[in-house]
Amino acid sequence: MIREILICFFLLIGGLLSLIAAVGVIRLPDLFTRMHAATKTGTVGVASIAIGMMLYFLEVTVTSRGILVIAFFLLTAPVAAHMIGRAAYRSGVSLWILTRLDEWKTQGRSGDDGADRE
Amino acid sequence: MICPIVMLMLTAAFIAAFVRVVIGPTLPDRVVALDMAGTIVVALILTHCVQSGSTYYIPAAISIALLSFVGTVALAIYVSRGGSS
Repeated sequence: MIREILICFFLLIGGLLSLIAAVGVIRLPDLFTRMHAATKTGTVGVASIAIGMMLYFLEVTVTSRGILVIAFFLLTAPVAAHMIGRAAYRSGVSLWILTRLDEWKTQGRSGDDGADRE
Repeated sequence: MICPIVMLMLTAAFIAAFVRVVIGPTLPDRVVALDMAGTIVVALILTHCVQSGSTYYIPAAISIALLSFVGTVALAIYVSRGGSS
Protein backbone atom coordinates (compact mmCIF):
# COMPACT_ATOMS: atom_id res chain seq x y z
CA MET A 1 0.00 0.00 0.00
CA ILE A 2 2.57 2.53 1.08
CA ARG A 3 4.81 1.33 -1.72
CA GLU A 4 2.17 1.99 -4.35
CA ILE A 5 1.56 5.46 -2.97
CA LEU A 6 5.29 6.13 -3.15
CA ILE A 7 5.46 4.81 -6.72
CA CYS A 8 2.58 7.05 -7.82
CA PHE A 9 4.12 10.00 -5.99
CA PHE A 10 7.49 9.67 -7.68
CA LEU A 11 6.04 9.04 -11.14
CA LEU A 12 3.71 12.01 -10.84
CA ILE A 13 6.50 14.26 -9.58
CA GLY A 14 8.60 13.22 -12.57
CA GLY A 15 5.81 13.95 -15.02
CA LEU A 16 5.00 17.28 -13.42
CA LEU A 17 8.65 18.35 -13.44
CA SER A 18 8.87 17.45 -17.12
CA LEU A 19 5.79 19.55 -17.79
CA ILE A 20 7.34 22.46 -15.88
CA ALA A 21 10.45 22.06 -18.02
CA ALA A 22 8.30 22.15 -21.15
CA VAL A 23 6.55 25.32 -20.00
CA GLY A 24 9.93 26.88 -19.28
CA VAL A 25 11.29 25.89 -22.67
CA ILE A 26 8.31 27.43 -24.40
CA ARG A 27 7.85 30.56 -22.32
CA LEU A 28 11.21 31.81 -21.08
CA PRO A 29 12.76 34.71 -22.96
CA ASP A 30 16.30 33.76 -23.99
CA LEU A 31 18.55 30.77 -24.49
CA PHE A 32 20.21 30.68 -21.09
CA THR A 33 17.04 30.79 -19.02
CA ARG A 34 15.52 28.15 -21.28
CA MET A 35 18.62 26.02 -20.81
CA HIS A 36 18.31 26.40 -17.04
CA ALA A 37 14.71 25.15 -17.14
CA ALA A 38 15.34 22.27 -19.53
CA THR A 39 18.47 20.92 -17.88
CA LYS A 40 17.66 21.11 -14.19
CA THR A 41 14.01 20.22 -14.33
CA GLY A 42 14.45 17.51 -16.94
CA THR A 43 17.24 15.86 -14.98
CA VAL A 44 15.32 15.81 -11.72
CA GLY A 45 12.23 14.55 -13.55
CA VAL A 46 14.08 11.59 -15.02
CA ALA A 47 15.69 10.86 -11.65
CA SER A 48 12.28 10.85 -9.97
CA ILE A 49 10.77 8.53 -12.57
CA ALA A 50 13.76 6.20 -12.21
CA ILE A 51 13.23 6.13 -8.44
CA GLY A 52 9.59 5.22 -9.03
CA MET A 53 10.63 2.45 -11.39
CA MET A 54 13.12 1.06 -8.86
CA LEU A 55 10.43 1.06 -6.18
CA TYR A 56 8.05 -0.73 -8.53
CA PHE A 57 10.35 -3.62 -9.38
CA LEU A 58 12.52 -3.92 -6.24
CA GLU A 59 15.04 -6.22 -7.86
CA VAL A 60 18.79 -5.93 -7.68
CA THR A 61 19.33 -5.77 -11.44
CA VAL A 62 16.67 -3.12 -12.01
CA THR A 63 17.83 -1.06 -9.04
CA SER A 64 21.43 -1.09 -10.21
CA ARG A 65 20.41 0.01 -13.70
CA GLY A 66 18.19 2.72 -12.29
CA ILE A 67 21.03 4.02 -10.16
CA LEU A 68 23.16 3.95 -13.31
CA VAL A 69 20.60 6.05 -15.19
CA ILE A 70 20.37 8.59 -12.35
CA ALA A 71 24.14 8.84 -11.92
CA PHE A 72 24.64 9.20 -15.64
CA PHE A 73 22.13 12.03 -15.92
CA LEU A 74 23.45 13.82 -12.85
CA LEU A 75 26.98 13.59 -14.24
CA THR A 76 26.41 14.48 -17.87
CA ALA A 77 23.58 17.04 -17.90
CA PRO A 78 25.58 19.86 -16.23
CA VAL A 79 28.56 19.16 -18.49
CA ALA A 80 26.42 19.28 -21.63
CA ALA A 81 24.61 22.42 -20.48
CA HIS A 82 27.89 24.14 -19.64
CA MET A 83 29.40 23.30 -23.01
CA ILE A 84 26.41 24.41 -25.04
CA GLY A 85 26.02 27.56 -22.97
CA ARG A 86 29.64 28.58 -23.39
CA ALA A 87 29.56 27.84 -27.10
CA ALA A 88 26.34 29.80 -27.52
CA TYR A 89 27.70 32.80 -25.60
CA ARG A 90 30.87 32.84 -27.64
CA SER A 91 29.01 32.49 -30.90
CA GLY A 92 27.09 35.65 -30.12
CA VAL A 93 23.67 34.59 -28.89
CA SER A 94 22.06 37.68 -27.38
CA LEU A 95 21.04 37.75 -23.74
CA TRP A 96 17.65 38.80 -22.48
CA ILE A 97 17.10 42.53 -22.68
CA LEU A 98 16.53 42.81 -18.90
CA THR A 99 19.68 40.92 -17.92
CA ARG A 100 21.38 42.73 -15.04
CA LEU A 101 24.81 41.15 -14.89
CA ASP A 102 27.06 39.89 -17.64
CA GLU A 103 30.38 38.94 -16.09
CA TRP A 104 31.96 38.01 -19.38
CA LYS A 105 31.27 41.30 -21.07
CA THR A 106 34.72 42.69 -20.27
CA GLN A 107 36.39 39.78 -21.99
CA GLY A 108 34.50 40.31 -25.18
CA ARG A 109 32.35 38.00 -27.16
CA SER A 110 35.28 36.19 -28.73
CA GLY A 111 37.21 35.90 -25.49
CA ASP A 112 39.91 33.40 -26.27
CA ASP A 113 41.27 31.57 -23.29
CA GLY A 114 42.04 28.51 -25.36
CA ALA A 115 39.63 26.34 -23.43
CA ASP A 116 37.89 24.55 -26.23
CA ARG A 117 39.60 25.95 -29.25
CA GLU A 118 42.59 24.41 -30.80
CA MET B 1 -2.50 2.72 -12.44
CA ILE B 2 -0.98 6.16 -12.87
CA CYS B 3 1.23 5.41 -15.84
CA PRO B 4 -1.05 6.71 -18.65
CA ILE B 5 -1.34 10.10 -16.93
CA VAL B 6 2.42 10.36 -16.57
CA MET B 7 2.87 9.32 -20.19
CA LEU B 8 0.43 12.01 -21.29
CA MET B 9 2.40 14.62 -19.32
CA LEU B 10 5.66 13.41 -20.86
CA THR B 11 4.17 13.45 -24.35
CA ALA B 12 3.00 17.04 -23.86
CA ALA B 13 6.50 17.98 -22.72
CA PHE B 14 7.96 16.21 -25.77
CA ILE B 15 5.67 18.13 -28.13
CA ALA B 16 6.62 21.40 -26.41
CA ALA B 17 10.30 20.60 -26.84
CA PHE B 18 9.76 19.99 -30.53
CA VAL B 19 7.84 23.24 -30.86
CA ARG B 20 10.99 24.91 -29.53
CA VAL B 21 13.07 22.94 -32.03
CA VAL B 22 10.93 24.29 -34.86
CA ILE B 23 10.64 27.92 -33.74
CA GLY B 24 14.01 28.27 -31.99
CA PRO B 25 15.72 31.32 -33.45
CA THR B 26 19.29 30.05 -33.23
CA LEU B 27 21.08 26.73 -33.39
CA PRO B 28 21.84 26.43 -29.61
CA ASP B 29 18.12 26.79 -28.87
CA ARG B 30 17.46 23.77 -31.01
CA VAL B 31 20.32 21.82 -29.44
CA VAL B 32 19.00 22.48 -25.93
CA ALA B 33 15.47 21.49 -26.96
CA LEU B 34 16.70 18.28 -28.59
CA ASP B 35 18.66 17.42 -25.45
CA MET B 36 15.49 17.88 -23.43
CA ALA B 37 13.58 15.72 -25.92
CA GLY B 38 16.10 12.91 -25.42
CA THR B 39 15.70 13.24 -21.65
CA ILE B 40 11.93 12.95 -22.02
CA VAL B 41 12.29 9.87 -24.24
CA VAL B 42 14.31 8.20 -21.46
CA ALA B 43 11.57 9.08 -18.97
CA LEU B 44 8.93 7.65 -21.34
CA ILE B 45 10.83 4.38 -21.65
CA LEU B 46 11.13 4.05 -17.86
CA THR B 47 7.41 4.78 -17.46
CA HIS B 48 6.62 2.15 -20.06
CA CYS B 49 8.72 -0.33 -18.09
CA VAL B 50 6.56 0.33 -15.04
CA GLN B 51 3.36 0.08 -17.07
CA SER B 52 4.13 -3.18 -18.84
CA GLY B 53 6.08 -4.79 -16.01
CA SER B 54 8.97 -5.78 -18.24
CA THR B 55 12.56 -4.74 -17.65
CA TYR B 56 13.88 -5.30 -21.14
CA TYR B 57 13.92 -1.67 -22.20
CA ILE B 58 16.12 -0.23 -19.44
CA PRO B 59 19.39 -0.74 -21.39
CA ALA B 60 17.73 1.08 -24.29
CA ALA B 61 17.06 4.00 -21.95
CA ILE B 62 20.68 4.00 -20.81
CA SER B 63 22.00 3.97 -24.37
CA ILE B 64 19.61 6.73 -25.47
CA ALA B 65 20.85 8.87 -22.58
CA LEU B 66 24.45 8.21 -23.63
CA LEU B 67 23.80 9.03 -27.27
CA SER B 68 21.93 12.20 -26.32
CA PHE B 69 24.90 13.39 -24.27
CA VAL B 70 27.38 12.61 -27.05
CA GLY B 71 25.20 14.37 -29.62
CA THR B 72 24.86 17.45 -27.45
CA VAL B 73 28.61 17.66 -26.90
CA ALA B 74 29.27 17.23 -30.62
CA LEU B 75 26.80 19.98 -31.51
CA ALA B 76 28.31 22.24 -28.81
CA ILE B 77 31.74 21.81 -30.38
CA TYR B 78 30.18 22.51 -33.78
CA VAL B 79 28.63 25.73 -32.47
CA SER B 80 31.85 26.84 -30.77
CA ARG B 81 33.79 26.40 -34.00
CA GLY B 82 31.43 28.80 -35.67
CA GLY B 83 29.10 26.45 -37.49
CA SER B 84 26.10 27.98 -39.11
CA SER B 85 22.55 26.99 -38.33
